[in-house]
Amino acid sequence: MAKGYSGVSLPFPTLAKEALKDTQLRTNLARATTTIRDKRARVVGEVTDWEELRQAGHDIKMASLSNLSAHLTKFESEFTAAGGTVHWARNSKEACEIVARIAKENNIQEVIKVKSLTTDEINLNEYLATQGIVAKETDLAELIVQLADEHPSHILVPAIHKNRDQIRDLFVDKLAEAPAGLTNSPRELAMTARAHLRKKFLTSRMAVSGANFAIAESGTLCVVESEGNGRMCLTLPEILVSVVGVEKILPTWEDLGVFLQLLPRSSTGERMNPYTSFWTGKGDGPKSRHVILLDNGRVQTLADEQGREALACIRCSACMNVCPVYERTGGHSYSSVYPGPIGAIITPQLLGEGEAKTLPFASTLCGACYEVCPVKINIPRILVYLRGKENSANASLTEKIVMRLAALSLTSKGLKVLGTAIRTFSPVISSRPAQKIAHYLPVAKKWSAFRDIPKTRLTRKVRKP
Amino acid sequence: MAATQLVLERLGIEIIATEQSCCGQMHINSGYPKLAKPLVDQVEKNFANCDYIVAPSASCIGSLREHEDRPALVAKCFDLSEFLVDILKVTDLGAEFKHRVTFHTTCHSLRVAKLGNKPQQLLNAVKGIEVVELPAADSCCGFGGTFSVKNSDVSGAMLEDKLSNISSTHSEFVVSADNSCLMHIGGGLQRKGGKIEVLHLAEVLASRG
Repeated sequence: MAKGYSGVSLPFPTLAKEALKDTQLRTNLARATTTIRDKRARVVGEVTDWEELRQAGHDIKMASLSNLSAHLTKFESEFTAAGGTVHWARNSKEACEIVARIAKENNIQEVIKVKSLTTDEINLNEYLATQGIVAKETDLAELIVQLADEHPSHILVPAIHKNRDQIRDLFVDKLAEAPAGLTNSPRELAMTARAHLRKKFLTSRMAVSGANFAIAESGTLCVVESEGNGRMCLTLPEILVSVVGVEKILPTWEDLGVFLQLLPRSSTGERMNPYTSFWTGKGDGPKSRHVILLDNGRVQTLADEQGREALACIRCSACMNVCPVYERTGGHSYSSVYPGPIGAIITPQLLGEGEAKTLPFASTLCGACYEVCPVKINIPRILVYLRGKENSANASLTEKIVMRLAALSLTSKGLKVLGTAIRTFSPVISSRPAQKIAHYLPVAKKWSAFRDIPKTRLTRKVRKP
Repeated sequence: MAATQLVLERLGIEIIATEQSCCGQMHINSGYPKLAKPLVDQVEKNFANCDYIVAPSASCIGSLREHEDRPALVAKCFDLSEFLVDILKVTDLGAEFKHRVTFHTTCHSLRVAKLGNKPQQLLNAVKGIEVVELPAADSCCGFGGTFSVKNSDVSGAMLEDKLSNISSTHSEFVVSADNSCLMHIGGGLQRKGGKIEVLHLAEVLASRG
């Protein structure tokens, strides 16, 4: 996102500390993530070959990534042969400029948008605004976030940090269509947004979307959604521009079958999503169709053998819904369009060395994310790998010394000394004066803020042997 | 350690008094794999003559098992619960513990070492024990090694939720199969000043009425 996605942001622990103070946020998040988590578990539990499906999803994605350039070339030739136009963008700037150029060439001042993380990643709305072009979000939650002048805090449920009362107040304040006496009922809120958006769908001449999948063999793009706003945007305007990360390629339609089973169950907890749209070059709907194939750090990520698995992500959000860290801090603490466990491994890699460096450490490595990932991305493994990369480049001298000393004290010889030391000094270290002093010592105070130094368990006698 | 030793010796297992060494997990997980390597080497060397390496820590065992390049080491690593249930095929160790306890399923015992319900099987076979289910038992306590210091506030918030779930069970003890989580939870309980204490599973299994 604009805030922070450029890499200029506060460290995760600082932002998380602030977020933790917001008790309303914590309540909203806990309620929402628990609901989605339970829904997902229920529908995943129905699929007897879920583990095989996950493995298939993983294998297809990894095989596709290993031959990416061939699949992209195939996609380009098919999409072009069907009458569409393919553009290539190395970074955010190039992609944004292409969208703005298409709008200007067609004399367009307002575009409607399908919910798209990739366009958020490149800060498209903000760039278009500088060019005098208004970008209007049409997904309900994206609209809420846009009206509040905020950023999404979750990739699937962008307004997860808000509750119904907060949304009602926002609509009353910002939407002319809000009726007198609007309540917080979901239906009333949705109907208000619908009245507002319907006019936009019928009058806008250009839409911008992303894509969930790009099928190489036929040059087809696919968007999976729940509300139907996407279908409106993809069919009603004259011009359609889709910004698609190069990793979204799947070789064949048969491959797609696997993901259409994995994605809805993992994301919204539904057996099937309400709307799945496909388009190829020209046909019914928009007369002019463009696709911008975006790199923006993906190629450098692909070059990293240890980290490339992160590109298999299908943006389902199951990992953030089960993450105990995300559940407490919310998405904004990650300063990235991609928060949660997957964000902690994607953001630093897309941005490159020296950026988003606190994110790989924002995890207890509890493994809940890996367990639910529909494409079996071993997120804990990549987190640990990225920690190592970050430490080699930027760890403080103090930390390096401490870790080296710790390594020495944990050898066989070291352990003998350490064991004796702990047994001897334990009563002192865990005494009340020592507990108080710990509040003032660096590192120790981080521990002592929430917990005592426990009486060491090495000295405890076995109970009634 | 002492409790684990006692439990195993009672079952007639010969414990080779080898030199102890760290599994290197802290360094690996903190992003210092090079510093961890000599520690793992040492585990491999120190325990070369043993048939099994048994540790009362699912977390350490889980970490050791990730060294795919050391198949001989991986094959003989077992968490205490696994060793008892799968290898020795015992669940009732003749233990007696007349207390109300709740069990914290640690993340690494569940998702890394994949112990399933083996610790609970052992616990349920203890005479006189009353095991109360812990709400959200499988959610992380917030320790996470260096996470507890690097992201101290988030760790504290997670701990707070774990502690309120623990106190809702009105147990005398929180039992778990990992000392690292127990150190974190124990420190939190001690700070709160309540009466609930932490206890390792091995200590319960070693108890005799």
